[in-house]
Amino acid sequence: MDNAQLLVSGLANGCVYGLIALGFVLVYKATEAINFAQGDLMMLGAFVTIGLANTHYMGLPFWIALPVSLGIMGALGYLIDRLIIRRMFGESQVAVMILTIAMGFVIRFVAGLIWGHEPHTLESPFAGRDVRIGGLVLGMEDVAVIVVTLLLTWCLYVFFRRTRLGLAMQGASQNQLAAYYMGIPVKRVQGNVWALAGVAAGIAGILFAVRGSVDPSTGLMGIKAFAAAVIGGFGSLPGALAGGLIVGVIEPFASRYIAAGYSQVVPYALLLVVLIFRPNGLFSQVRAKKV
Amino acid sequence: MRVVFKTGYMQDIRPWKDGYQLSLYLVLLVAVCAAPWWMDDFYLGELTNVLIWAMAGMGLMLLTGHTGQVSLGHAAFLAFGCYTNAVLIEAGAPFAIAFPAAGILTGIAGVSVAIPALRLHGVYLAIFTLALSVLMDDIIVLAEPLTGGVGGKYLGDVSIFGLTVGRWTTPDRFFWLVLGATVMVTLGYINLLRAPLGRSFIAVRDSEVSAQAMGVDVSRAKTVSFALSCTVAGWAGALMGMYSGAFNNETFNVLISIQLLLMIVIGGLGSIHGAFLGAIVVGFLPQFLSIMKEYVAVMFKGGAVAIPGLETGVFGMILIGFILFEPMGMYGRWLKIRTWLELRPFCRKDMFKRRKSYLKTERLR
Amino acid sequence: MSLLEFSNVTLKFGGLTAVNDLSFEIEEGEVFAIVGPNGAGKSTVFNLISRFYNPLSGSIRYDGHDLLKVKPSGVAAHGVARTFQNIELFEHSTVLQNLLVGRHRHRKTGLLQEALFTRAACRQEIKCRQEVEEIMDFLDLQAYRDKMISGLPYGVRKVVEVARALAISPRLLMLDEPASGLSVEETTDMRWWIEDIRRQMGITVLMVEHDMGLVSNVSDRVLAMADGARLALGTPSEVQAHPAVVAAYLGRAS
Repeated sequence: MDNAQLLVSGLANGCVYGLIALGFVLVYKATEAINFAQGDLMMLGAFVTIGLANTHYMGLPFWIALPVSLGIMGALGYLIDRLIIRRMFGESQVAVMILTIAMGFVIRFVAGLIWGHEPHTLESPFAGRDVRIGGLVLGMEDVAVIVVTLLLTWCLYVFFRRTRLGLAMQGASQNQLAAYYMGIPVKRVQGNVWALAGVAAGIAGILFAVRGSVDPSTGLMGIKAFAAAVIGGFGSLPGALAGGLIVGVIEPFASRYIAAGYSQVVPYALLLVVLIFRPNGLFSQVRAKKV
Repeated sequence: MRVVFKTGYMQDIRPWKDGYQLSLYLVLLVAVCAAPWWMDDFYLGELTNVLIWAMAGMGLMLLTGHTGQVSLGHAAFLAFGCYTNAVLIEAGAPFAIAFPAAGILTGIAGVSVAIPALRLHGVYLAIFTLALSVLMDDIIVLAEPLTGGVGGKYLGDVSIFGLTVGRWTTPDRFFWLVLGATVMVTLGYINLLRAPLGRSFIAVRDSEVSAQAMGVDVSRAKTVSFALSCTVAGWAGALMGMYSGAFNNETFNVLISIQLLLMIVIGGLGSIHGAFLGAIVVGFLPQFLSIMKEYVAVMFKGGAVAIPGLETGVFGMILIGFILFEPMGMYGRWLKIRTWLELRPFCRKDMFKRRKSYLKTERLR
Repeated sequence: MSLLEFSNVTLKFGGLTAVNDLSFEIEEGEVFAIVGPNGAGKSTVFNLISRFYNPLSGSIRYDGHDLLKVKPSGVAAHGVARTFQNIELFEHSTVLQNLLVGRHRHRKTGLLQEALFTRAACRQEIKCRQEVEEIMDFLDLQAYRDKMISGLPYGVRKVVEVARALAISPRLLMLDEPASGLSVEETTDMRWWIEDIRRQMGITVLMVEHDMGLVSNVSDRVLAMADGARLALGTPSEVQAHPAVVAAYLGRAS
């Protein structure tokens, strides 16, 4: 009974990690860049929604604030690519990684300027309501988080497998120049992916803010989500979600059954083990460069 | 442009180009040595801080800038060095033994990390070391009997061959201690770079396959680079601990790791100058910003406002600017400016234009 | 005794047989060329000698040693140098620095000696540089001595690769398509250099090359390969006239 409740709240937590991880993987799949600012984008998404929906700020109705903030986040993602990342076309992966770390610094600074450093929560219609399934009492927000995440992952999976744009994105990631020659508008594709990653971050941020409080340093949670993405394997969307769920579920159980202090070590220890024994994640594969 | 006419092999081997360059560096060294006489204690402390950061930067530069292994976890090694030094001194070891031992033990710790991480490339190594840095925080808390846990530790004045050295009691002596250590590390670094070992590091950075074909044992080179890098980081960490006096698990958190990496990128990857230039930015940015804030406040006739997180925000913006417009960092930009000045009437517009390169994936599916 | 001996070497990548039961020998002092259509396994032979791959079966012997017991980085220490088909130079270093890396196998100093730059380290450096300067004189590279590789034209890079391989002071020099992408003049230069390398320095040369003009001019013996197996082995004219080789290049009649 207790364990079931732990499991559900762990899953809901894991879904948020999974969604951030999904953002990492999206950008990585399409542009082979690693976006360390994804966690900070998530935090920003949460704050944008709070700024629109909370009565203290603009006080828009929740269901109007939602699409507006996702639109803002999508546009922001596109702009980041248009103004910054696009100039890095063809530069090394590590340079882009360092650039996104710096972007994260700036986003955290801007969020702190606008909304201050106190924790905020999002006023949502889910707050405080319960769902009863059999004998289980589950928080409505937990259920909403899980449902939305599963839906989104499925949509993205189909998108990459079935649509022309999705396939173009995959092509662009594997060899920019070849994709360019094949008539794929590599730069535009890249912009769309970043917009998508921005929206994903927005959704993750909203789901996070529905369940708990947000402050500018929440973005550092991206590191944990990063661990999730690596555990799942960087190349695969379901893998990222799975990694997020693994980390999310391990945490509450670890803090319950392992001595305090050791429990927060577990996700990172798992990350190190995965990196040592399956250096490219549980699901993806990389082969050596040919000479 | 000064063209040196070369008549012997030593002209290529010695680290300076000609007497003019050597004398410039000597003048700089003398000026810095004499700093306690022409600087007040506050700025002397800041300068000491810059030197410590430069040393930490050199540690990371060797690994990231010269061997091409990106580490986002060097704060873990700073912490290791800091605590080892403090614990040894508390156990009664004299500073002259505790300090070198702190570096060497950190180097050994670095090797034990390097061996499992040898298979990891590029971004994966960065993630691995990042996780390590996060873990170090928890490990320090868990190892409370040794490290004092969240409460932290306090390291006061130390005695070096009978001389009392402390950050607050004798800032000048502490400055000379830091300066001496930094100069030693710098000289060792310069020597390595002009010897086969340093060249093998650079070979590993640029092409592992061909380094191997040239007889460089790639795993061994990476391990040695890790060891040296962590040794230097350990010393820098020990000095940082003495500089701040009190420290706990939060002193060396992940953000310090990240800041260290960003610092050497701003300074310029792949050059010793880069470590120093980056350290100057990191060290003097807070001072510069607070002066600017006062200036702005006077201009708008308002009171000075406190903006939390301003430093990291500005730091991030500087870095974005550098990566976009000058990936070779401050040192790279300086080299270009110098060449331009030396050639002045004779430079072409496209001389410093960046070459376009296209990403070719190393990943196959 | 032959310098290099391949006996019954087989290598498979999954279902693909890259090298199939290949045997040949290279004598000390000769120029030995491997020719064949794309995908015949020529470069794979090089990678086997460099120990990037482990053969499935068979043995490779070099100068009486079992090469399969040598580490990849130990091959150079036995005096085997190579160049790469797609140039693999150290891009962010100067030509001089690239060549100096080639001297790595002659390193005798330890970490401490180098960090303190003792007299021994200094003497070693001077010796190293003498050797490297001679090679640069030999291959006419002095003009590019202190230039970064990333700014050099393709033809010069090819020569720098050869120079770097020579800096090892090899007994066996492996050249992977030394003339590909070179102009006619540059190819002619390369031809004279290969002959000089063999004659003046007494180095055995093993090369993969598509340019049959170059191959028939410089090589003593030629091995023709197709699908990882040996088609013909003999003097250049013998191999060119061999019916199996003609068939592999021009397609089988009927």
